[in-house]
Amino acid sequence: MAEERRQKLCSVILPTESMKAIAESVGVGSLQEESCLALSEEVSYRIKEIAQDALKFMHHGKRRKLTTGDIDHALKLKNVEPLYGFQSQEFIPFRFASGGGRELHFYEEKEVDLSDIINTPLPRVPLDVSLKVPKEQQKTDSTEPLKAVKPGQEEEGSIQTKGQGASSAEVKGKEKMRMKPRSTHELSVEQQLYYKEITEACVGSCEAKRAEALQSIATDPGLYQMLPRFSTFISEGVRVNVVQNNLALLIYLMRMVKALMDNPTLYLEKYLHELIPAVVTCIVSKQLCLRPDVDNHWALRDFAARLMAQSCKTFSTTTNNIQSRITKTFTKALLDDKTQWTTRYGCIAGLAELGHDVIKTLIIPRLSVEGARIKAVMDGPVVSNIDKIGADHVQSLLLKHCACVVAKTRPLPDMVDQYKADYGYLGTMLCSHVVKARAQAAFQAQTVNRTTLTITQPRPTLSMSQSGLSASSGSRTPNIIKVPSSLTLMSTRPGTPTQPSPPATKYIVMATSAGAASTQQVITLSSSQSGSSVTSTVPSNPTSLQPLVKLESGTTGAVSGSRPLQKYIVVSLPSSSSSLENKGSGVLPSSTSPISMESAVKLERSESPAANIQSPH
Amino acid sequence: MTPLLSAPGEKMAAVQDAPMELDSEKETKPEILSDGTSNLSGNTASGTLSSPPLTAGGAPKQEDQQTLIAVLQFLRRNKLTESVDILRREACLEDQEDSQTLDGSGGGKGDGDGGDANSLLSRVSIASAAAPQSTLTPIPVKNDQPDVSVVLSAYSQQGDPSLYQVYYTGLKNFIESVLDCHRAELSQLFYPLFVHMYLELVYNNHETKAKAFFEKFSGDQECYYQDDLQILCGLTKKEHLKGNEALLDFRTSRFVLRISRDSYQLLKRHLQERHNNQIWNIIQEHLYIDIFDGMPRSKSQIDSMSGSFAGETRREVNKAKVFYGLLKEPEIEVPLDDEDDEAENEEGKPKKKKTKKDSMGSKSKKQDPNAPQQNRIPLPELKDSDKLDKIMYMKESTKRIRLGPENLPSICFYSFLNAYQGLTAVDFTDDSSLLAGGFADSTVRVWSATPKKLRKVKSAAELNLIDKESDDVLERIMDEKTASESKNLYGHSGPVYGVSFSPDRNYLLSSSEDGTVRLWSLQTFTCLVGYKGHNYPVWDTHFSPFGYYFVSGGHDRVARLWATDHYQPLRIFAGHLADVTCTRFHPNSNYVVTGSTDRTIRLWDVLNGNCVRFFTGHKGPIHSLAFSPNGKFLASGSTDGRVLLWDIGHGLMIGELKGHTDTIYALKFSRDGEILASGSMDNTVRLWDSMKAFDDMETDDFTAATGHIPLPDNSQELLLGMYHSKSTPVTHLHFTRRNLLLAAGAYNSQ
Repeated sequence: MAEERRQKLCSVILPTESMKAIAESVGVGSLQEESCLALSEEVSYRIKEIAQDALKFMHHGKRRKLTTGDIDHALKLKNVEPLYGFQSQEFIPFRFASGGGRELHFYEEKEVDLSDIINTPLPRVPLDVSLKVPKEQQKTDSTEPLKAVKPGQEEEGSIQTKGQGASSAEVKGKEKMRMKPRSTHELSVEQQLYYKEITEACVGSCEAKRAEALQSIATDPGLYQMLPRFSTFISEGVRVNVVQNNLALLIYLMRMVKALMDNPTLYLEKYLHELIPAVVTCIVSKQLCLRPDVDNHWALRDFAARLMAQSCKTFSTTTNNIQSRITKTFTKALLDDKTQWTTRYGCIAGLAELGHDVIKTLIIPRLSVEGARIKAVMDGPVVSNIDKIGADHVQSLLLKHCACVVAKTRPLPDMVDQYKADYGYLGTMLCSHVVKARAQAAFQAQTVNRTTLTITQPRPTLSMSQSGLSASSGSRTPNIIKVPSSLTLMSTRPGTPTQPSPPATKYIVMATSAGAASTQQVITLSSSQSGSSVTSTVPSNPTSLQPLVKLESGTTGAVSGSRPLQKYIVVSLPSSSSSLENKGSGVLPSSTSPISMESAVKLERSESPAANIQSPH
Repeated sequence: MTPLLSAPGEKMAAVQDAPMELDSEKETKPEILSDGTSNLSGNTASGTLSSPPLTAGGAPKQEDQQTLIAVLQFLRRNKLTESVDILRREACLEDQEDSQTLDGSGGGKGDGDGGDANSLLSRVSIASAAAPQSTLTPIPVKNDQPDVSVVLSAYSQQGDPSLYQVYYTGLKNFIESVLDCHRAELSQLFYPLFVHMYLELVYNNHETKAKAFFEKFSGDQECYYQDDLQILCGLTKKEHLKGNEALLDFRTSRFVLRISRDSYQLLKRHLQERHNNQIWNIIQEHLYIDIFDGMPRSKSQIDSMSGSFAGETRREVNKAKVFYGLLKEPEIEVPLDDEDDEAENEEGKPKKKKTKKDSMGSKSKKQDPNAPQQNRIPLPELKDSDKLDKIMYMKESTKRIRLGPENLPSICFYSFLNAYQGLTAVDFTDDSSLLAGGFADSTVRVWSATPKKLRKVKSAAELNLIDKESDDVLERIMDEKTASESKNLYGHSGPVYGVSFSPDRNYLLSSSEDGTVRLWSLQTFTCLVGYKGHNYPVWDTHFSPFGYYFVSGGHDRVARLWATDHYQPLRIFAGHLADVTCTRFHPNSNYVVTGSTDRTIRLWDVLNGNCVRFFTGHKGPIHSLAFSPNGKFLASGSTDGRVLLWDIGHGLMIGELKGHTDTIYALKFSRDGEILASGSMDNTVRLWDSMKAFDDMETDDFTAATGHIPLPDNSQELLLGMYHSKSTPVTHLHFTRRNLLLAAGAYNSQ
């Protein structure tokens, strides 16, 4: 026993200097060395005694820490006044000072201004003691015999614990805090290289590489290990680029999101907390680009809104309630009078993409209010150009989305006056839109039987390029429709949006059906509602059998021409079924296999609701 | 009463061994000086001197009476009959003296007693005259307040201090050279010798020598004496000795060693050969060597029993008969349903143990031979409400889950949140309907553990208005407005260290640092009585299982027995050498068990106040005690993290349950005694197979003669389950009547 000895016991005694210092502090100037020694021994002994008594109080207080209160109680046992006012926030409240060859530890007592104490607000009252009992067990106690309540569980737990002593039956009752072991997701060297390449390509300047990279993200299986990194990349990227108003990069990042969502092997639910804020930022941010008056950030908003709608559709559950939370966010911003036009546009776009029901309940009732607001900008005194553009965009957006809904819900006839009464400033325009929508619907109804369609890649995507016009497209073998931005299509006023501001011109690429002619038809048809000059772009590829619509910049044209297949970026499906029919009719003769056609139609059909929402028109 | 009453018996035993060793003493003293004498004197002094709380509290001073008895005997021998009568009348000594006379029956009784008295007085007078060993004629002085020096005087005339190291080293070398089988036993000598020699050095002002001695040999001591050594090392001056109660106790109570005859002979021969009188004197003066015939004990056996402040138990101490059986349950006409009745009978058959329930179920059952007389101590009459409660209890019992190794209880943990480390005590009512917590901020809080809220009785004025004849009068007296889930009880002025519900759920006891025990009404939620007497912190209190009586124990080193309607204690159980840390009533209410900081457990007889059992073996202060439901066994838990099991009837340690890593604050047997649950500061609840521990024991032959049995080291086999809480030390454990285990503790967020 003697060998296993612990630290050596020794009697520690306070240094005599301390005695001297203490004596000085109470006004005893010269203390003899012997007295000091005697005193220090005595004091040390008494202190030890008190500490030993204090330990008893600690034990009975069922604590592991000795408190000042324990010391006070121990002093009380010896009939000594406790030390008052020794409560301290700090662990060791002593200060240290040295000088003149002496070292001192002292207790700092600051002078306290009473009025300060009186005037400081009272701290929060600490919570009262409460008793917590696991509920189901309380029941056990009062009614049923114990075994009936949890037969298997208990036994299992206890028998296991006999061996391991780790898990606990109690855990299931009170303190259910089992920590999952933290798992590390390590990437192999190849994966790291891949990740680096992909991210660089996605945000790099080479459009071809980007397309390839996006294609890879959208189709490669086995990316799940990199998913957290992609997700962080995107959310960080958006965060940084929104601040810097780097529209191009934002668009690239959104396309990455799109690609990730398209990959059937990835399940994004765990990463929505990073992705959704990023997407929403791209929808509603006040400013997304350096020159809001000329840059086409509207397209980005539309695109992001579509992404948002898609993720709502895919991931919204009763537990995470994504859709309702998003809807709430948008609505709140929409209802705010001070919201800027850009954000307002984003909110409306975001809501509109969520479906007809949302439009009906949340947007249409607001039409008159928004109309008045637009009118104020349009007809009012000269305001900034930016406001005007914003109001303009909002107006066309509202008309576009509301028309088809109104067409479906509102009974005939469409009286302009009636509309004006109901929807205010926008009533007139809305009426004409509705009329067109009805006409289209009727047309569609007639041709419904002829539906066949082959669409190979029904993926809406957003592509942008730096410069150039559609002229270059003619040189390429695959026929590509070039359309100036979708907004141009919509705009009633040809002036502002189509203004070619060379460095910032963006082109939205839209996918339509195979028949080029019919595609053109669709576009013309839809654009004709807004009476724009889109038709001019249509004839550029009259013979196209390519099921894609592509918008290409002049500079990248050569590259894309050399690798046609990768170039094609499917933008969207036509929104209305009527256009579908049109295309179908056009495609029919060219299709080779009826079976494939049928299946394609099925595909189309099944996806049509989604397509409706995703399509820009 | 203290074990002092049995001192004559011990003395007689000791005398048999002693005569030949007394030569040196005989020359200096006129009377025969036996071991018992010095023991007696030592105890006398300790009683009066070393426990100031006692004198301060004005409580009966048992030890003083001992002195008085000695004085009386002296007077009688000197034919001073008048003085005898007066003194006896004044001191009300009849009973004690008679009992002692009875105890001391046997040859040479008168001589022995006379010798006691004279030698005692001689000691006292020696001290008061400050002339040690020189006064031969005892002075008939009634010395009420002997000086501390009496106690210490024995140290004053020892030999050359410079040789102490030599002596000690010599003994050490000898012990290390003996055969292995004896070495372990003789090693027990080290610690008491070391302490006494050190104290002698200190007492005689050889400070530096004392320090050197301490430094040289303190490392040799067993690790479980660490705490004491720490106290010792701080003590370097004679003046310190005076105030240090613990060491006075050590000095005055003879350290008990248990050594086999062979080893003892070996030691004696060695010391005589070497003429090592110094050590021999210390052994004679301050140690009590309990010699037994038989095989020397092994190291582990010794270790399991040692560790207490005053050595081991003397075998004689635990010889007294203890009526550990349960009282016969009163026969209650129970309007049992048929099905209940059947269940009762079925339940009754397979039981091996006699439990309360069985005795109720079968009226023909005979009185347990080990049970005390029904009226051995007066118990309160059963009220109607008590009977109703008994019926409830029986009904519940029929639905009880039979526990076993294969069938462990569920544990329901009551966590106290936001207690800020202030929860100091918890208790449940027997039917688990109420829960009380004592807090460091002096409050006591009562919670309802059922959906039923706590209500106060209406005020007197309102009570006048209600219809006393109505059937639901008990319901009507309650004030619905006051219904709440918990009630606070304010009154103490220091941390509340113990709470205990009365069995009828009408009262609650709380003991506090402020030196009082308070009785609270759970009808009005007010304080009814404050029991003053301890004057120092009261560490624990516990209600008798039949109500009315309760016991409390505190820093003043005594446990007190109270009745709720007396403001003064009925009994004072004195004998512990340090704080009484926990107190429990035996299920038959005839005994009280106390655990102490001196690392011993004592069982006291409520009837006469005697200490009937004395258990050593713990290596730290005892913080929890629990009786098995059949009253036969006792479990104790201490700061050393071990649970020890004791057989009360035989007075033996029968098991050791190792596993906890911190103080055990809660112990509880399941309702039928199958499982022992222990809860500790280490945030775990552990379940032990107590049935197996007891059964294994009973199949063994008791070597009761030697007072020890080989302990199987089977903690791991007996451990049935261990359950961690996240950060909640377990303060209390309770089995509901259906054997669901409830645990309680304060969540500690740090």
